Amino acid sequence: MSYVKPLFHHPSLKKNKVGYVKADYEGVISTLCAGCGHDSISGAIVQACYEISLEPHRLAKLSGIGCSSKTPTYFLSNSHGFNSVHGRMPSITTGANMANKELIYLGVSGDGDTASIGMGQFVHAIRRNLNMVYIVMNNGCYGLTKGQDSATADFGSISKAGSDNPYQGIDLAGLALELNATFVGRSFSGDKSQLVPMIKAAMAHPGFAFLDVISPCVTFNNNKGSTKSYSHVRAHIEETSIFDFVPHQEALTVEYDKGTSKELELFDGSKIQLSKLAPEWDPTDRFSAVNRLHEAKANGQILTGLYYINTESEDLHGKLGTVDQPLNKLQQEALCPGSEKLEEINASFR
Amino acid sequence: MKEQELLVNDLVVRFSNVNGTGSASANEMFAKSIFRMGIPVTPKNIFPSNIQGLPTWYEIRISEKGYLGRRAGIDLLVGVNPQVLRRDIDSVRPGGYFVYDSSKKLYDEFIRDDINYIGIPMISLAMGEYESARLQQLFKNIIYVGAVATLLDVEIDVVKEVIAEQFAKKPKLIEPNYKALQLGIDAVKENYSYPLNVRVERRDKVGDSILIDGNTACGLGAIYAGATVMAWYPITPSTSVAKAFETYCKKLRVDPETGKKQYAFIQAEDELAAIGMVIGATWNGARSFTATSGPGVSLMNEFIGLSYFAEIPVVLINVERGGPSTGMPTRTQQADLISSAYASHGDTKHPLLFPSTPAECFEHTVKAFDLADRLQTLVMLISDLDLGMNNHMSPPLKWDDDKKYDLGKVLSAQDLEEMEKPFGRYLDVDGDAIPYRTIPGTHPTKGSFFTRGTSHDEYAKYSELGEVYLRNVDRLAQKWETAKTLVPQPEFYQKENRSDIGMLFFGTTTYAAMEAMDLLEAEGIVLDSIRVKAFPFHAQVEDFIEKHKQIIVVEQNRDAQFRSLLINEMDLDPVRLLSVLNYDGTPITALTIKSQIEKHMAVAM
Repeated sequence: MSYVKPLFHHPSLKKNKVGYVKADYEGVISTLCAGCGHDSISGAIVQACYEISLEPHRLAKLSGIGCSSKTPTYFLSNSHGFNSVHGRMPSITTGANMANKELIYLGVSGDGDTASIGMGQFVHAIRRNLNMVYIVMNNGCYGLTKGQDSATADFGSISKAGSDNPYQGIDLAGLALELNATFVGRSFSGDKSQLVPMIKAAMAHPGFAFLDVISPCVTFNNNKGSTKSYSHVRAHIEETSIFDFVPHQEALTVEYDKGTSKELELFDGSKIQLSKLAPEWDPTDRFSAVNRLHEAKANGQILTGLYYINTESEDLHGKLGTVDQPLNKLQQEALCPGSEKLEEINASFR
Repeated sequence: MKEQELLVNDLVVRFSNVNGTGSASANEMFAKSIFRMGIPVTPKNIFPSNIQGLPTWYEIRISEKGYLGRRAGIDLLVGVNPQVLRRDIDSVRPGGYFVYDSSKKLYDEFIRDDINYIGIPMISLAMGEYESARLQQLFKNIIYVGAVATLLDVEIDVVKEVIAEQFAKKPKLIEPNYKALQLGIDAVKENYSYPLNVRVERRDKVGDSILIDGNTACGLGAIYAGATVMAWYPITPSTSVAKAFETYCKKLRVDPETGKKQYAFIQAEDELAAIGMVIGATWNGARSFTATSGPGVSLMNEFIGLSYFAEIPVVLINVERGGPSTGMPTRTQQADLISSAYASHGDTKHPLLFPSTPAECFEHTVKAFDLADRLQTLVMLISDLDLGMNNHMSPPLKWDDDKKYDLGKVLSAQDLEEMEKPFGRYLDVDGDAIPYRTIPGTHPTKGSFFTRGTSHDEYAKYSELGEVYLRNVDRLAQKWETAKTLVPQPEFYQKENRSDIGMLFFGTTTYAAMEAMDLLEAEGIVLDSIRVKAFPFHAQVEDFIEKHKQIIVVEQNRDAQFRSLLINEMDLDPVRLLSVLNYDGTPITALTIKSQIEKHMAVAM
C-alpha cells in the first residue's frame, strides 16, 4: 500500500532556484522497516535534487526488484519512474537513455539485484559507459525474501541465523574500477554529509557514475558479527577525502588545507572539491584508486568517498555518434526516407 | 534412358558446395541472371550452422507459371562437394542431369544409368589459370556458372551484366570473372551438345518484382516506420534484420551536415538486455525494436510479460527456425506460434503478424509499429528462416507519402495543462480499453507516473486488492477485442465460397498453398482458401471457418500449433479442423499439401 503524504506545504518553506520546495522532491511514505538504511539514501537523493535545483521532470528514476528497488516510489513523485524486473534495470535505462539523452537517469538497485541476477547487465552498462547514476543500496542480504546472504556479503560475515558466510563477497565498487567505470565511489547511508554531494557529483558526471552505498538492513543483517551492520560500518569506516560538490557558477565555500586539496572540474562546469586524506591517492588515477581500496581492505577498513573519476568520459551516445537532438524528438519528416528513395532501393533489387 | 522432352522454364537447379568457398555469391548471380531474363525464380540457400567445410546447397526453382514455393525433384544438380556425392547423385530425378568436376575420375559406384552425367574439369581449368588456391576455388564457382548457363541457355550477356554489377566496386575483378565464365562456356561447347532440352527462355513474367530477402525488407520497414533505437543479440536467422537496419541507416539516417546518426544501434549482451533496451526506449517515447528467433524469445519471456502488463509498446521481429532447443538453427519451421502468442507467465497474449512475402515483411513491420503504439502492447512479426534469409521474387516495397505514423494515445504538455481531471495512466477514458500515456520529461509537475510490473490501479499505484486487479486485467482482455478490429484482414482466393472445405494457411506456406490449389483444381478438387495475416483472429477468419464444414490448416510444425490457436481462441470443435503438416526443416511444397489433403479426402471427408 502507498500512503499519501499531505500536499500542503507551509508557505515559509524555502524554494530553490527553480521554485520548488524540498517536499516537491519527496515521494509517498516509505513502507520499508523503521531504521532501514535505504530510507536515508532516499532522503539524500531528495536533498541532492532539491539543492541542485533540478526540475523534477528532468530526471527519470529506474529500478529492478527488491527492497532497494521499491525506494523510487519514496522520492521524486513528480518524476517518471520505472520499477522493472529483477536485475534488468540497466537495460531499461540503456534504452531510455538512447531515446532521450537530455534527462538524468537515476538507477537504484540492490546487492541481489546487481551482484547476482543483474551482474551481466551491470557490467555491460559500465562497458558502454552509459550516462547514468547507478546507486546500489548494499545491505549484504535479500531483505524481501527474509534475509538470505547476498553475493556482496563478506566472507565470514555472520547472518542473523548465526551462520558464517563461506563465500567471497563481491566488491561492486572494486569491480566497477576494474571494468574502467568512469566514476566510482562508496558511501554509507548513515553519512549524509558525504552521500549528498556524491550524488550531486554523480549526476553531473557525463557517463556511468557508480555509487555503492552501504545501507544496513535493520531486520535481517544488523546483528553482531555482520560486516554490514550499523555498528560494524561505523567502527570500520575510512574516508578517502572530505568531499564537496560545487554546482556550476557557484563559489567554493570551504577552504581546505592546500597540501592535500584537489579540485576537479566536471563537464558541465561544476566542481568537485576534495581534501585528500591519503597523499598517495589521486582520484583521477585509476591504479592509485585500486591500490587505495585494496590497502583499506587489507586493514579491515571500509573505504568510503570518491574512489575514481575520469574527467574525459565519453558516454554511449558519444561512442555511437548520435545526433544532438534526442532521438525521441525526431519527427516522421526527419525519420522516414519517403517513396522516391524506396523506389531507388527497389531498383537495386532488380 | 528415355530422351528428355523439351522442358522450358520449369525446372529446379541445385548447386552442391562446401560452405565457406564463396559459392553463394556465384550461385546468387546465376539466379539473378535468370530473373533478369524475365523468368520467375525462387532461390533457396540450404546451409549448415557452420562457417567453413560443411555441405551447403543452393537451389533455384525456375517457374514460368510463377510458382514460388519449393518443388521436389531436381532436374540439374551441380555437385562439387565430395562429402555428399552419393546423396547428391541420388537426389537427381530420373532423366535429370548431374554436372560434376571431372578433374578427378568419377568412380563406377557413382554411375546411375537413369541420369545424364556432364563432366567439366572445373578445378583443373582453374588451376591452369590462377595461382593461389583461394582464387582457384573462387573461380571454379564461376566456371560452373558459365558451364550451366550454356547448358540451360541462359543469356551470357545477362550473366556478364550481373557480374559487372556485383563487382562494380572492385572493377579489377570483372575481367578475371569473365575469363572464368568463358572457360566454363567453352568446356561445354567443346564437349557437349547444348543447350539441353531442359532449358530457360526469355520471358516477360516478373513485371516490377524485386528479388529480396524478408529480413532486409523488415530492416527497411523499421527505418520507414521511424524506429530510432534497435537493440539485438546475434542469432540465426534474424541477424540480417539488424544488419539491414544498420546498413540502410548508414545511408538514410545520417545527418549530412554533422555526420551524426539519427539512430542508436546496440548489440546487447543477450536477448534479455535487448528487449529491456527496447522497452526502455519506447517507454521514453522513441520507436524501437528488436529481432530474434525462438531461443531469444524464450529468454525474453519475462520482459514480454512486463510490456504486456505495464502496457509498453514493443515491436519484436521473430524469425523462426527449427526447434526445440537449439534445434535446427539453419533450417526453417513455423513452430514458435503458441510460444509467441502466449509468451510469458500469467494471462498474457500478444498480437502477431504473419507476412508471406518480403513486400509484406516491409508493410507488416511498419504496421507492427503502428499497432504497438496504438494498442500499447508488444506486437510480434512472425517470419521464418525461409522468408527471412532467402531471396524471394516479391512485389516492390511500397510507401505512401501521405501515410502518417499512428503514435497512439500520448499526452503532450499542453494536453496535460488542459486536462480537468487528474491523469490516470491506466484509466480507460475512451471506452476502447486503451489508456493514455505520457513520456518522461513532458511536464514539470503533471503526468508523471510509476511504471511497474506489479498489480496497479488506474493511477499506476500499487495495489493487491482483488477488485483493482480484476478491473485492470479485464480491461486488458477488452483491449484484446479492440486489437481484433485493428489487425490486418485475411486474404481470400475466391470471389465467393464454392466448397464446404476450406484451406487455411499463413506466412511462407502461401506460395506452396497457392500452387496446391491449382494442382488440386486440375484434378477436380475445388476448395476455398483463406490466408490469415494476424493474431488475434479477425472476425472474417471466424466467419470463414463458420461457413465451412471442414477446415484444413496448413502449417510447418509437428504439433499443429496454429490449429490449436484457432480452436482455443474461437472455441471450435477440433473435429472440424484437419492438418497438413511439414516440419523436416525444408520449406513446404505444393505436392506435400496436395497429397496430405488427398489422404484426408480418402478418409471420407
